[in-house]
Amino acid sequence: MDSDRASAGSRSPETHHSETTLRVNGKPHTLVVDHRRVLLDLLREDLGLTGAKKGCDHGQCGACTVLVDGRRVNSCLLFAVALDGSDVTTVEGLAGDGEELHPVQRAFLERDTFQCGYCTPGQICSAVGALAEAAAGHPSHVTDAAAPSGEPVPLDRDEIRERLSGNLCRCGAYPRIADAVEDVIP
Amino acid sequence: MTGTETVLGAPAERREGREKVTGTARYAAEFDFPGRAHCRPVPATVARGRVTGIDPGPALALPGVLAVLTHENAPRLAEPDDPVLAVLQSPRVPHRGWFVALVVAETLEAARAGAAAVRVTYEEEPHDVTLTASHPQAYVPREANGGYPAVSEHGDPDAAFASSATRVDVEYRVPPLHNHPMEPHASTAFWDGDRLVVRTSSQGTNAVRAALAAMFELPEDRISVTAEHVGGGFGSKGTPRPDVVLAAMAARHTGRPVTLALPRRFLPAVVGHRAPTLQRLRLGAGADSRLTSLVHEVTTQSSRVKEFVEQAAVPSRVMYAAPHSRTLHRVARLDVPTPSWMRAPGESPGMYALESAMDELAAELGMDPVELRIRNEPETEPDSGKPFSSRHLVECLREGARRFGWSGRDPRPRSRAEGPLLVGTGVAAATYPVLVAPSTASAQALPDGAFLVRVNATDIGTGARTVLAQIAADALGVPLERVRIEVGSSDLPAATLAGGSSGTASWGWAVHGACVRLRDRLAGHSGPLPAEGVTATADTSGEADADSPWSRHAFGAHFAEVAVDTVTGEVRVRRLLGVFAAGRILNARTARSQFIGGMTMGLGMALTEDSTMDPAFGDFTQSDLASYHVPAHADVPAVEAHWVEEDDAHLNPMGSKGIGEIGIVGTAAAVGNAVHHATGVRFRELPLTPDRVLTGLLGHEHPAGTLGA
Amino acid sequence: MKPFAYVRAGTVEEATDAFAAHPGARYLGGGTNLVDLMKLGVEAPAALVDVNRLPLGGVEELPDGSLRIGAMVHNSDLAAHPLVRDRYPALSQAVLAGASGQLRNAATTGGNLLQRTRCPYFQDLSKPCNKREPGTGCGALQGVHRDHAVLGYSDQCIATNPSDMAVALAALDASVELYGTEGARSVPAAGFHRLPGDHPERDTEIRPGELITGVVLPAGSAGPASAYRKARDRASYAFALASVAVVLHLADGVVDRVGIAFGALAHRPWRARRAEEALLGAAPTTAAFEHAVDLELAAAEPLQDNAYKVPLARRLALDVLGRLAPPAVT
Repeated sequence: MDSDRASAGSRSPETHHSETTLRVNGKPHTLVVDHRRVLLDLLREDLGLTGAKKGCDHGQCGACTVLVDGRRVNSCLLFAVALDGSDVTTVEGLAGDGEELHPVQRAFLERDTFQCGYCTPGQICSAVGALAEAAAGHPSHVTDAAAPSGEPVPLDRDEIRERLSGNLCRCGAYPRIADAVEDVIP
Repeated sequence: MTGTETVLGAPAERREGREKVTGTARYAAEFDFPGRAHCRPVPATVARGRVTGIDPGPALALPGVLAVLTHENAPRLAEPDDPVLAVLQSPRVPHRGWFVALVVAETLEAARAGAAAVRVTYEEEPHDVTLTASHPQAYVPREANGGYPAVSEHGDPDAAFASSATRVDVEYRVPPLHNHPMEPHASTAFWDGDRLVVRTSSQGTNAVRAALAAMFELPEDRISVTAEHVGGGFGSKGTPRPDVVLAAMAARHTGRPVTLALPRRFLPAVVGHRAPTLQRLRLGAGADSRLTSLVHEVTTQSSRVKEFVEQAAVPSRVMYAAPHSRTLHRVARLDVPTPSWMRAPGESPGMYALESAMDELAAELGMDPVELRIRNEPETEPDSGKPFSSRHLVECLREGARRFGWSGRDPRPRSRAEGPLLVGTGVAAATYPVLVAPSTASAQALPDGAFLVRVNATDIGTGARTVLAQIAADALGVPLERVRIEVGSSDLPAATLAGGSSGTASWGWAVHGACVRLRDRLAGHSGPLPAEGVTATADTSGEADADSPWSRHAFGAHFAEVAVDTVTGEVRVRRLLGVFAAGRILNARTARSQFIGGMTMGLGMALTEDSTMDPAFGDFTQSDLASYHVPAHADVPAVEAHWVEEDDAHLNPMGSKGIGEIGIVGTAAAVGNAVHHATGVRFRELPLTPDRVLTGLLGHEHPAGTLGA
Repeated sequence: MKPFAYVRAGTVEEATDAFAAHPGARYLGGGTNLVDLMKLGVEAPAALVDVNRLPLGGVEELPDGSLRIGAMVHNSDLAAHPLVRDRYPALSQAVLAGASGQLRNAATTGGNLLQRTRCPYFQDLSKPCNKREPGTGCGALQGVHRDHAVLGYSDQCIATNPSDMAVALAALDASVELYGTEGARSVPAAGFHRLPGDHPERDTEIRPGELITGVVLPAGSAGPASAYRKARDRASYAFALASVAVVLHLADGVVDRVGIAFGALAHRPWRARRAEEALLGAAPTTAAFEHAVDLELAAAEPLQDNAYKVPLARRLALDVLGRLAPPAVT
């Protein structure tokens, strides 16, 4: 915890805005944010990054999923001011600078994993996060209780389905999405 | 070198795919025009009554709030054809959730705070929101949705039923269901002088433009409505919704571009829903297992705003040969939100009931349910007597049975257990009509060798751009890469909506026509093309909507395997397999995705999606995505879709039938029939959630006992 | 949502001081429920005291063998922690049975304990709710209540506690560590949540301004087998219709230690003391399990539309007890 952050504790209580710095897709952005502004709205309204979608605004659909400090989260439920100093990766930042898609994006394209496309950025970010979680040994609801703690969890289709269950898709592309994630399992 | 064999039907990749996986595809709320404001509506909090007072003062006092529109100050609009669009025009509250005010603000946060601060008082009236089969206000309407007569009767179905050797007389209930596309309804609007420019999430922007033109009393050519990418609709965006009217009003009132994206919780009240249906089925069969009588009677509800009648008995006019039949709809107008189209209106709930009843009849007859259906295959369409342009239901059933491994099935209920799980399989048939509507399109040959095809199709996720380009390439006889396509704007040649599984047929017909004409024109052209290229147009009016002597329907067969947990009553689908006969499949890749998507929504209808009308408050209790359970990844295992080759010359130049809806038709019955096979318990009310299933299992195990036994 | 002040705390004392200095403050942890409720207008804090950067993000084994979980440990990390998985499987399973991967990455241990009911009447400002607005009535009692309580409710409130994690903590005899202006204290997890009685607005025993600093899992509950099972409307990402956490240990062929807690049946995780008493010292037979569970659930008073919860809870409990007991003896 650097002293800079702790000093926010002495901020005047009357103010409803704060200067906040976020690194988004590798680029730092310093903004004065309304404390009520959630990360999703900051991305969409302030930065023009509309890849993260608003499907429910209450953490019930996953369309707003982005990576904060490498972990997948629902950006609709995070006040931006509280993320000061964080690293945010959105679907727009997965691929890097070139024309080359992120492997998960490429697999999603190849497997026809979407129809309307509205849940797609969230699904992709969620899949990226889920792959990292499994590699880091995070179990899921369907992981065998006898599986060794701390070891990477092999992802079968049940695991993929359970781990991506926080991303709803009304077009019903789930089987295709599971195919795509299977394609990119290292 | 027509390219037909390689282009049409080929699994071409979605043209907008890259934009969708990189997050650059823009949806209606994502156009940040300079000075854009945001809106939030205020829903009524009484089920019936009138607004007696609105105090916008506290809202207007908040920083960032620009305006509060109410019936007192909102622009007066001409009366719309669809009364659900008459928002902020009167103090009348026809149902809870009806919008009574709109807050316009600088930011999303200010709009939300403003909406919470608007003070509304009501004169409340007693309400009735509870549908019963014997509701005193239920009446037989003239027509059901789709223009079908509400009643059709042949012979003497009651007498025939009474004298049938084997009878099934059962009632089913399908709850209200909600479309819930992932993108909530949204519109962005601004006035450019006396021109209205709109970005909206809609299944068809010509209809939106027509509605706005009528209400704002503008010529259509002064309105531009674009829906470039649409985050699903499933019928709820098939007609213009209040968001687009409110956005246009707010833009006019404030003089700024505005966006209104409806909050998810507001959707159930204002974007339509599948009305609940109470369905009574009476099937009588003779010793030869042929139907002697088929009676399908439906009671449903609509709102005070307008009559909408879910045409659930209509598929029973198509499916099986029965010399005596009655199909009938009743509707009660209650103080409820207005129902509308949801994927396969009519067929989806109706075929749940019919195909469940057929399963019950098969059990009564001791006959295999696949064979029972085949035994009752009609020669001509039972209701109209018209010949089928093509009907391959039997082939779907046989092919599905083969692929699914049906033949080894032990037909006895409760014959397969795996520890605490009971496993069963079920089958159901599917049907959906071939619908098509006139459209226009243009095709232009450009000097650089490319072809530009323009049609106001809407790609709500079907892959319209891709399949229309394939149709064009095929008609032009050119490689797919040379075809550019523009869709999704009312500035393009007018076309019908993406609905009723009619889009590809309707748009494609016009595209095909324009391209064939262009090809002919180019054949007579020599030398380089002029700078403006060569253009041909087509209008399928009078052709696409001509009466057909044929009965035209797609058919299909669903097979399901389920596991029922006897500890909890939880039902999980293990696999779904569908085989469809839907004319020529124009893109194997996108078609498969649509079939699977429909089946997945059917799985939700069968197992997870439930909505309750709150009798005291008049709203749907499950108003958000935490409580209205659309299937999640974990609910959806192996889902396979296949099709049989079907050559039908009586459809359209492509030979295609619609595929967007048939996937959901019959799925719930197949799952329900599998649950019966697994458990021996017949459940007749959807969805099959643990509360119902466990209660049924316990009743089965302890017929005279108590729940806790 | 009303504008609010924002204070980022660096230490526990800074947090509690800031809370005291700001009337109408709330602590902000993962925010997965608080932000949701603020958007609905159910919560309208004048200030948020952000506790995300307090040094409470660790899991540590204490000298007596117990395990302290910092209040800011994210649900996903809690469920994945090797010591939690190996010693307290019911807790790991319960956490993983709740919410989604994204929500578990944001939600914290302390916040999970403080999440509020998902009763639809509580979430809707236009409807009566004694929990949200004391004295306005209960919309659910005569309304839509399939998901509501069958045990321990009052005529004021029939809401259920939505947490999966808290059910496991109750069965595991965990304790909740609190820090407030009056100092630190510890409350048993099973007694942390309240029954509604005449004050349904109070979910827990937490005092105004107190902050959850951690949860301690006793060494004693580390040995025995434990498990959690939940029934729900869809296969994932849904709240429980009923759930159970069980800790079971046998010695000399009889039940030596047992903890049973039900979820989604009551306003708090329902510790099944009567069932436990009946089982202690008994041979772990199916008949003994049935007797014990029935004894507990005899107190249930289901409403019109939630009677299914009683047999559902019963069967869940018997299933988990049966799995934890050695097969030879059942």
